[in-house]
Parts: sequence; structure tokens; C-alpha cells
Amino acid sequence: MQIDAIDRQIIHATQAGLPLVAEPYQAIAEQLGLTAPEVMRRMVNMQESGVIRRIAAVPNHYKIGYCYNGMTVWDVEDEHVHSLGQRVAELPFVSHCYQRPRHLPDWPYNLFAMVHAKTEQDAERQIAVIAELLGDDVRRHAVLYSSKILKKTGLRIAG
Amino acid sequence: MLSPLHKQLLNNYQQDFPLSPTPYRDIAEQLGVSEDEVLAAFQVLAEQQLISRIGPVIAPNAIGSSALVAMAVSDADLAWVAELVSSYPEVNHNYERENRFNLWFVLIADNDEHLHGVIADIEARSGYQTMLLPMLADYFINLGFELNLHD
Repeated sequence: MQIDAIDRQIIHATQAGLPLVAEPYQAIAEQLGLTAPEVMRRMVNMQESGVIRRIAAVPNHYKIGYCYNGMTVWDVEDEHVHSLGQRVAELPFVSHCYQRPRHLPDWPYNLFAMVHAKTEQDAERQIAVIAELLGDDVRRHAVLYSSKILKKTGLRIAG
Repeated sequence: MLSPLHKQLLNNYQQDFPLSPTPYRDIAEQLGVSEDEVLAAFQVLAEQQLISRIGPVIAPNAIGSSALVAMAVSDADLAWVAELVSSYPEVNHNYERENRFNLWFVLIADNDEHLHGVIADIEARSGYQTMLLPMLADYFINLGFELNLHD
């Protein structure tokens, strides 16, 4: 996933959002001294190489009513973590699923899945579905609800 | 109250917002409405913060360096430590969560050195240690999150 300085400028100029104008890629191009076709071509290339995962109108789950934001964390067998992670990621209510390192003894969990629900009951049901899917591979788990959103911006790479 | 157009825009463009000279006109054609209506409806969604942005979603760690960081902070210190953490431009999510590790944030910097510098600075200024949880693997399927907009 190699990108050059111009690709990086395009990411910096667009990561907080495209301008809401009829020709947004043209607006970005003017800002960077490029042409719109070049901006678009580079964005296509970055999608193909996997740097850009998708171009999206990104919903704000919380404002839409998904107020129960649970970070579920699971201690599963390392040898099964990839196959289990893939299956958890496929659940429609899971927005992100990652393997992360344990920090023993304080933190035994290696699989993280974010769930979003409109009610606590829905969240509990979702967590039960994950628990069932993981089955005997789970040694223990925890759910960390967010009690307060202190800061939330789009991806922003501070340079 | 969201109109059918607002709901379509929220649901249908989490994945494939057009990469074309006139994306809003393309959407208008797909939905059988005018370009101005699409722009106005996205404006409303943006003003009401129902969308956080329209733009590229960058793969984690594709450029720069990022990590999830947790801190276990006493109740008495939580407010000011949280404010300190949020003040860094490198911090782009910061959540208080119900756990002994009660402060969770995502740091994104242009390289590892910068990332570790910010972490060292936060530890020095707060007097608390951090637990660094970089992503080892990202499991994802390339589908938007399924929104239930009916209740």
C-alpha cells in the first residue's frame, strides 16, 4: 500500500469530509493545484490498493438513535482468533472487529467487537449472539459501555 | 422527522458514494429526484449531525500509525485527564467507559515516533500510565452498518 506525497495531500484534504458542493472533487483539486480527473484517478487507485476502504456518507450512529455503544472484549484462543474474528465481523450489528494484544495480568482480552444498539436490551441480545457464536473458545469477556463521548472526529492524521 | 429521501441517502451511500465529477447528480438520477434536492437533503443530514461526514474511509494503519489507548484514572482526576487527552489533535475518539480502565481513546499520528511521543507526553502530564492496544488484525466485510430507521 504505497502512496506518494500527492496521495497523502488528497487524504489530508478529504478525510474530514468532501465539501457539500455539486463538484466536490473539482473543489479538492483546486485546493491542491491538481485537476479533478487526477484527484479521482488517485482515489480509485487508493481504493484498489486498500488505502481507501470505501467512500461513504458516514452515519453518526449515536444521533440516529444507536445510543448503546458497547465495546465487547473477549479472551479467546489465539489459534482460533482469526476465524472467530471473521465470523463476528459478519454479524450485522458489529461495526468493527479487531484483534489486539493482551496486557497480562490487567487485560486478558484479545478480540474486540463494537456493537451499536438503540436499547440496552438490544445490546444484551447482540452480546448473547456473539457469546453463542464464540462458544467454548471464550475464557472470559467484558462489555464496556461508553458513559460519555468526550471527543469524536473523523479520521484525522495529525502531521 | 426524516423524509424517505433522507433515509435513502443515509442507508444507501455508506458504501459507494460516487467517485465521479458530479456525485450528487448521479445520486439524484439513481433516486429519481433533482440534484438540488439531494444536496439540500445532505445539508440537512450534516446540520443535524446524522452523518458525520461524506468522504473516504481510510483503512486503519494504511497511512500513519494508530493505536487504541486505555487509562485507569481515579474518579477525582477523570475530568481533567479526559480534557487533557482530548486537547491533542492526534486524539480522534475519546470515550469514558464503565470499567477500571475508564478512559479509551484512539491516537493517530503520521508515524510511530510521533505516536509514542504523544503517549509519553500524556503520561508525563497526567501522571498516569497508559495501556497501548494497537490493532493486530482487522476483521471486516465491506458492507455498511445496517441502520434501522423505522423506530
